[in-house]
Amino acid sequence: MFKKILIANRGEIACRVIKTARRMGIGTVAVHSDADANALHVQMADEAVHIGPAAAAQSYLVIDKILDAVRETGADAVHPGYGFLSENKAFAEALEQAGVAFIGPPSGAIEAMGDKITSKKLADKAGVSTVPGHMGLIADAAEAVRIAAGIGYPVMIKASAGGGGKGMRIAWNDEETREGFRASKSEAAASFGDDRIFIEKFVTAPRHIEIQVLADRHGSCLYLNERECSIQRRNQKVVEEAPSPFLDAATRKAMGEQACALACAVGYASAGTVEFIVDGDRNFYFLEMNTRLQVEHPVTELITGIDLVEQMIRVAQGEALSFGQKDVRIDGWAIENRLYAEDPYRGFLPSTGRLTRYRPPPEGEAPGGAVLRNDTGVYEGAEISVHYDPMIAKLCAWAPTRAAAIEAMRDALDAFEVEGIGHNLPFVAAVMDHPRFVAGEITTAFIEEEYPRGFGGVTLEASALTMLARVALGLSAVEFDRKSAITGQLRAAPRPMARHWEVAIGGQHAKLGIVQREGGRITFEDGCAMVLDWMPGRSLARAQIDGRSLTVKVAPTGQGWRLRWRGAEVTACPRGLRAAELARLMPEKLPPDTSRMLLCPMPGLLSRLEVAEGDAVEEGQALAVVEAMKMENTLRAERRGIVRKVNCAPGDSLAVDEVILEFE
Amino acid sequence: MKDILEKLQARREEAWLGGGQRRIDAQHAKGKLTARERLELLLDEGSFEEYDTYVTHRCTDFGMQDQKVTGDGVVTGWGTINGRMVYVFAQDFTVFGGSLSETHAQKICKIMDKAVQNGAPVIGLNDSGGARIQEGVASLGGYADVFKRNVTASGAIPQISVIMGPCAGGAVYSPAMTDFIFMVRDSSYMFVTGPDVVKTVTNEVVTAEELGGAATHARVSSVADRAFDNDMEALAEVRRLVDFLPLSAREAPPCLPAIDDPDRIEPSLDTLVPDNPNMPYDMRELVTKIADCGEFLEIQEEFAKNILTGFIRLEGSPVGVVANQPMVLAGCLDIDSARKAARFVRFCDAFNIPILTLVDVPGFLPGTAQEYGGVIKHGAKLLFAYGQATVPMVTVITRKAYGGAYDVMASKHIGADVNYAWPTAEIAVMGARGATEILYRSELGDAARIAARTQEYEERFANPFIAAERGFIDEVIMPRSTRRRVARAFAALRSKRVERPYKKHDNIPL
Repeated sequence: MFKKILIANRGEIACRVIKTARRMGIGTVAVHSDADANALHVQMADEAVHIGPAAAAQSYLVIDKILDAVRETGADAVHPGYGFLSENKAFAEALEQAGVAFIGPPSGAIEAMGDKITSKKLADKAGVSTVPGHMGLIADAAEAVRIAAGIGYPVMIKASAGGGGKGMRIAWNDEETREGFRASKSEAAASFGDDRIFIEKFVTAPRHIEIQVLADRHGSCLYLNERECSIQRRNQKVVEEAPSPFLDAATRKAMGEQACALACAVGYASAGTVEFIVDGDRNFYFLEMNTRLQVEHPVTELITGIDLVEQMIRVAQGEALSFGQKDVRIDGWAIENRLYAEDPYRGFLPSTGRLTRYRPPPEGEAPGGAVLRNDTGVYEGAEISVHYDPMIAKLCAWAPTRAAAIEAMRDALDAFEVEGIGHNLPFVAAVMDHPRFVAGEITTAFIEEEYPRGFGGVTLEASALTMLARVALGLSAVEFDRKSAITGQLRAAPRPMARHWEVAIGGQHAKLGIVQREGGRITFEDGCAMVLDWMPGRSLARAQIDGRSLTVKVAPTGQGWRLRWRGAEVTACPRGLRAAELARLMPEKLPPDTSRMLLCPMPGLLSRLEVAEGDAVEEGQALAVVEAMKMENTLRAERRGIVRKVNCAPGDSLAVDEVILEFE
Repeated sequence: MKDILEKLQARREEAWLGGGQRRIDAQHAKGKLTARERLELLLDEGSFEEYDTYVTHRCTDFGMQDQKVTGDGVVTGWGTINGRMVYVFAQDFTVFGGSLSETHAQKICKIMDKAVQNGAPVIGLNDSGGARIQEGVASLGGYADVFKRNVTASGAIPQISVIMGPCAGGAVYSPAMTDFIFMVRDSSYMFVTGPDVVKTVTNEVVTAEELGGAATHARVSSVADRAFDNDMEALAEVRRLVDFLPLSAREAPPCLPAIDDPDRIEPSLDTLVPDNPNMPYDMRELVTKIADCGEFLEIQEEFAKNILTGFIRLEGSPVGVVANQPMVLAGCLDIDSARKAARFVRFCDAFNIPILTLVDVPGFLPGTAQEYGGVIKHGAKLLFAYGQATVPMVTVITRKAYGGAYDVMASKHIGADVNYAWPTAEIAVMGARGATEILYRSELGDAARIAARTQEYEERFANPFIAAERGFIDEVIMPRSTRRRVARAFAALRSKRVERPYKKHDNIPL
């Protein structure tokens, strides 16, 4: 067995590989850039080697630096993780020449699958279903109809030189094909000066479903079933699950066997993934093969019980797989949510900065027979830097059924605390509650279709608000008890808490009466009983309300509470009846009109301008950097808008409130 | 007998109605509550005890003898906030526009005298059109009687003003002399002369809100300590503030149950100070991670943001915090931040509230604006305030403590009891680069040599150990255990006593 593995990667995947290596008794070496000196993977590894500045192109992507680190530490194998050098043929070859094992497929397989056209041809030859189409020149409309009929409707008619939807038509019958062909051709000629047209199958209701394959160097190749990754935002996967709620056994088997056929055809040996696009009728077509460990591999591990990293290491060592296809099972259901440092309320703009709070829910067994797993590369106090992928963590929930896995995921998200930066936790929580996701009726267009104007937060139903109102009143009761114990009071006997309350929450007014209070248990006038587990200063409150348990993120607001639950955020103000009456007299204040200018907040030197006149900016986008007292202060857009005028240039000395930019 | 009781009830009800329903409605229409409604929200339910309900003015000029409203435009008395006694007065805008008459002033003076005698805070809710013009000098005399009592009470009992309506002319000086001023946005203003006079005299056109609104005073003038969106919010926050304050200078500040583990370790603080010494970080994170339950009641949050001032609790007991904020102006000291912190330090010292100082200060802000503005004397205020304070003082240097600002920020030398430093601390006369350029002026042309000298200086001085070798720093602590170390330090200082030489009073550089 290998003595020492160097992980040529960073973040959660480096940590994940280290965990398995450690379990197998193998030493680990981390590599890191300047920006990652304090990173979790560096802390976890047995040894760490610094490989250069923050930019990946000068550190994680430099083959020579990795090789130097290998030599320096005497590592006998390298795991590339995903991204960076994981699908770099030259890297695999360089290691081969250096006599160091590459924990991945042979370089030939990387090369063969690295090119879209070559891989499609190879797949075709190996009998893998590819999107049917005609790549040759099409003479006239009649030929187009003949070809379309051969492919089967619907078809997409595309200009060879096309782009941006120009010269593109979808046809559902012969007539539309004829028209579409003519229209596309003339459009293409006009737009691109190139009227070559081709036709391919148009995939309706497309789903992204991929097959995990695992092959050794002794001719054994298995498929470890599928993962469905249809929930994507701009081709970035957000939610993945295994198995797919859509596949039947026959389709699964067909896809699996074809994936293995392709792997065999290229002499694959390691873990790899064959991606397919699947239409509404369960027709599936090859997209590409990823010759590495996939980000979303944990869901496969959770349903098969197979440690893919361990298998990759064993295969690289030359071991034969110790199990066969019949041993590969689908046990239960696993869902993965990728938590990104992207602010869903600001158009998913990447958010960087310090994780002032990072408390994932505990891994391992969770209520309801579920299991939680959280793959992460950060910790509380760590920095999400601008240099790398903004992923914070991959939270996975496993349960015997899909419904139970979704429920476990919802609870886990409620208990997952991330503060200091914007993140997509509320958004994935919303997806977990979306009826289409719950029903498994998803396509790769899910996010576009369901959130066409972006994500504006979750609106809770009245019953949920009432439940949260009870929680808020419970919190206030705990706070009341604490304040009632203050020293220096006029009378010895404690004041009793009022019985009747009104909780203003999410535009509603919930009237609640407290009949009895004992410890954390509150009995309400309407018969409802709640047990609340919370202490002032804690940011999570756990409540049992009429048998239902919920975890709510809480923060005091002075007059009440900010509550976050199931992706929603509400403020709740419990008030006595008289105070509630007076509260109605308070004027409604609109948020102050921030002026349409960017003012310099401090005297200093304008060191950088990040925008120019006419630029459209998103809320939170960096606009300028002002250096004051030798510190760089980034000024950000308070809302979206268009830059009308730039009044200053880099190098200018600015006074307080000097106008740097004006917006339209 | 029944008859008499009914009569009393009728008289009370008449008084409770103040200026009558029409004026109450007008008050509500402006988004303002009435004096009595405000007191209901400020005080524990049912705890208000009113005095001088039936007082009326004695003016006979301008037909005033025919216009008498019981209470005369101010509601006074006492009640409790979380069971603790406070004296209150609330001006009633529905009665003669809350204008101050001789008797109105007498009512206020009465409760102020009692408050000083009995050792309980005074909270004034200001909503007054100004002097009762019909009474002339009698009204002015009334103001001065209140002013004099403000001064007498200062430092004896906490005084809190909430500006919830107009407060103009001479009226501003009573709140000005209290310890804290809270204001309500859009419905309150404070100025010595209003927009009309300003226009006549200086030709400036300005609205009342711009001239003396809550935003102006919280951000620009620093007259207000906090600003709120409405009456309710302001009053709720007064309650919260009172929970931090002792009833009088004779007493210790109030304690809450110590529910948060004083030994709580915060590993994330180990990475709070960035590797790059020119990168800012949010000092507020350190404050909230040290504090019980993460609670930090900030004072003057919107003003001189390069320094933080406010209250936290440690093991249930209030502690005042002064902290440089590297996020703004690199956390440097300047006129505004020195004034802000100095006043806060003196308040804490006056009322037995221990002071925690968190230091990351690169020095004083340079420039003509600062020097012409008198930064020397203003900076000296903070130095003076720390130097004269006798409450327990603990200081933690997280990063920079350069030059004179090191001395000022509760250094050992000026009286702090326990001085800690993080391993990231740099205690030096100035930053390495600046120091090298002075020490090796002749080598300035040689960039490589200067870089080497800078490196040398950094290695020698950019750490806490030179100061620790001299005992200026008691211990270099792990950032993660700051809460535990600070809480233990204050616990050990609970019985601190300091003798001072006789003097009538000091002469702080005002």
